[in-house]
Amino acid sequence: MSQIHVLKRALNLTVNGRLTSVEAEENTPLVYVLREELGLKGTRLGCGQSQCGACHVLLDGVSVPACDTPLWAAENKAVVTVEGLGQPGAMHVLQQAFIDEQAAQCGYCVSGILVSAAALLAKCPLPSEAQVREALDPHLCRCGAHNRMVRAVLKAAAVGVAT
Amino acid sequence: MSASSLNTPVVLPGSLQTNRRLSQWLAFHPDGRVTVRTGKVDLGQGISTVLAQMAAEELDLAVTRIRMERASTVQGPNEGMTAGSMSVQDSGSALRQACAEARAIYLDLAALQRGLTPGQRAELRVIDGEFVNSADERIGSYWTLADDALLNIEASGIAKPKSVADHTLTGQTVARLDMPGKVLGQADFIHDMVLPGQLYGRVAHPPSPGAVLLEVALEAINALPDVVTTVRDGSFIGVIAKTDYAAVQALKKLAAAARWDEPATLPDMRDVPAFLRAQPVDTTLAGEKKSVTPGPSLTASEASRTAVGAQSFKASYARPFLAHASIGPSCALARCEANASGEITGVEVWTHSQGIYNLRPDLALVLGLPAAQIAIQHVPGAGCYGHNGADDAACDAVLLARAVPGRPVQLQWTREDELTCAPFGAAMSVDLQAVVDADGCISDWQHDVWSNGHSMRPGRSSTPVLHAAALLATPFPRQVAINMPLANGGGAERNALPSYDLAQWRTHCHRALTMPLRTSSLRSLGAHCNVFAVESFLDEMAEQLGVDPLAFRLRHLSDERSRAVLNAAAEMADWTNRHAGERREGSGMGIAFARYKNTGAYCAVVAAVHAEAEVRVEQLWIAADVGLVVNPDGVRNQIEGGAIQTVSWVLKEAVQFDRTRVTSRSWEDYPILRFSEVPKVDVQLVSRPGDKSLGAGEATHGPVAAAIANAVADALGLRMRQMPLSADALLQAALADPR
Repeated sequence: MSQIHVLKRALNLTVNGRLTSVEAEENTPLVYVLREELGLKGTRLGCGQSQCGACHVLLDGVSVPACDTPLWAAENKAVVTVEGLGQPGAMHVLQQAFIDEQAAQCGYCVSGILVSAAALLAKCPLPSEAQVREALDPHLCRCGAHNRMVRAVLKAAAVGVAT
Repeated sequence: MSASSLNTPVVLPGSLQTNRRLSQWLAFHPDGRVTVRTGKVDLGQGISTVLAQMAAEELDLAVTRIRMERASTVQGPNEGMTAGSMSVQDSGSALRQACAEARAIYLDLAALQRGLTPGQRAELRVIDGEFVNSADERIGSYWTLADDALLNIEASGIAKPKSVADHTLTGQTVARLDMPGKVLGQADFIHDMVLPGQLYGRVAHPPSPGAVLLEVALEAINALPDVVTTVRDGSFIGVIAKTDYAAVQALKKLAAAARWDEPATLPDMRDVPAFLRAQPVDTTLAGEKKSVTPGPSLTASEASRTAVGAQSFKASYARPFLAHASIGPSCALARCEANASGEITGVEVWTHSQGIYNLRPDLALVLGLPAAQIAIQHVPGAGCYGHNGADDAACDAVLLARAVPGRPVQLQWTREDELTCAPFGAAMSVDLQAVVDADGCISDWQHDVWSNGHSMRPGRSSTPVLHAAALLATPFPRQVAINMPLANGGGAERNALPSYDLAQWRTHCHRALTMPLRTSSLRSLGAHCNVFAVESFLDEMAEQLGVDPLAFRLRHLSDERSRAVLNAAAEMADWTNRHAGERREGSGMGIAFARYKNTGAYCAVVAAVHAEAEVRVEQLWIAADVGLVVNPDGVRNQIEGGAIQTVSWVLKEAVQFDRTRVTSRSWEDYPILRFSEVPKVDVQLVSRPGDKSLGAGEATHGPVAAAIANAVADALGLRMRQMPLSADALLQAALADPR
């Protein structure tokens, strides 16, 4: 069997506001680059088949599965992970709303859901409940915290519009 | 040794009985923190916050001062499994007692140092860990007196936990301590751990349950970039690489290189009930009640029953195999130490297992090592709903780590592994028969359940049950799942005993002795299908008798707490007026009730559905009595989550397979409920502060399932007796309907 050697090269991308250079094979799915190269573990690997939503990140403001986004597709683009939404002491309005509503159980799905919710609110600051559910439909939650998360997004929207 | 210590030791609450040393449970630190240890593990259910709250209540300090230490076989109490909704009962009651004793010990010491009289000692209060006398002077604290030696003694049972009237924190919602980390994306999951020198492993699991590895060429895999080595032991093959991505890439090539013999070992998926009934079974009488004044009975002839105006009923119900289907894949880390001649001398394991103390002996058997050489630490994984792949993954990790002594190896399963290799919830088939006397009361009742066992947990036998154990070059024989004794909650027969007052009844459990698909404990075990069957059957009888389903249940229910939740759910849903006004075509409502395990939480559910080509659950009204509620929002979260998960099971889920392979291998083949399909869920907790706390995590699974089926019958006039109530099943039922 002939061995295919894929060359690594340096690619630039902006991750959570910081220009970052990564030396990697350009077809590497973004989720592995974030978790293994950059140590950003908040983006969870769920299925690796873009079917569960656990690994969603913002790519130039659009919520995409990082397991199905090759590194080259993120080159020279802005990537925002859950860690980029807010930090301890300076949480995103969505993160605070999720705490207020206790909107999770195990929390494995939450990172991707927060990212998609952030994309929704950026585009549609006061969504209806149906719009929130539609935006979160690519995301699976097995613990059954869906309704709490929907409430949290609606609450964050109300707070976000008010401030 | 004093004479008193030779006496029978005092009986202590919960797990304190078998873990009697106070230092196993807690330690105070000079910096104002308390370490609290529990043998129960956080499965995503938030139990650590509730246990911290219970400890804070007894110690009189802020919950935020408590650091909950993760369960470990090295330190802390051995509390067996975290299962069966027993954590508040087992661990909570132990912690209350241990903390009450620790509080008394520290207050005694402070009083001694200050030379207080017994009267002055009795007046001491604790305010957020500070000891305050009757003059409001601070005379010490847990922090100033912190000394591990003080708690290095056995519990005495003398100090008493607070009475309900003195509770200040219990019954208050305390936000989960782990929630900020979850929403900030912090690296709290086992998948996020990185140890120095860590390597990454993946295993090419057999493609079917009976597969045997014929050959695999490993040279080409070993030559791949960043691959460290491959491992083969019989039909167990895996790869270790420097990064997880490299391991995933190598796994694809490893799987493609393997040639397997795949015998057809699976039954016909289209008729699992027939398969279960055709197997050799172990039949037990799970319970019975004989009437001293027997009314019309099942054993009497039809003619004699008819003669006294009695009616008889019979129906069969079923559920398919179900997958745990957690969103995060199973994961584990392992590090082996070897001596100069390469023999393994010690193993460290990090796992999201439900039972680290049960996993250890099974790993010891697989490795041929003394259990004492294996140290296991719990680290949270994604949501756990029973005996999933966590233990199997831990074994996989150790088998890989054995090839690279000194290096930690992180092992993750793929989505396909998760849906095909982990134990499943057992398929079940239930027969119900009943006789109703001329007064409309059930005079005889029989429940028969056929199923594989619902328990194949590690640590209970001299043969390991871990997935890889049967694959090794020197394999361990495959085990067949059992049912735990009813006193421990049972398995297939859980909730197969009536929750109602029936004059006469019996329950048989027929456990299949062949097991083509590995089955073990999935949330609520047999209760899900047994309650589905019983509560559907009651509705079928009520309809034939022309009685309202709620009234028919209440007629057979004298227990006040049971009646209270049924009436509460009915009131929430405005049950009595459900058919008032104009009815929307395809809409219906159904009701159901169960007391979980017959000894646990009481739960009643009303479901509203809309059914056309497929069933849509629009709303659930749930009333639950879980005794003393420690953390109301924690209980609500468990009830809501359990209910929504059940809607998914009932409407959508069934493990798919052909005669050789499990064919539901991704989320496309094993769909679960999505945000747009989730019903509105209203929960009312019936507060019982004077009664002991009962687990909330599994109370809804039976009643929600039955309430949905009853609502579908109300909406369409179609009785669906097999789960899932999918579009396909609905069509089949409509075609088979004689009307």
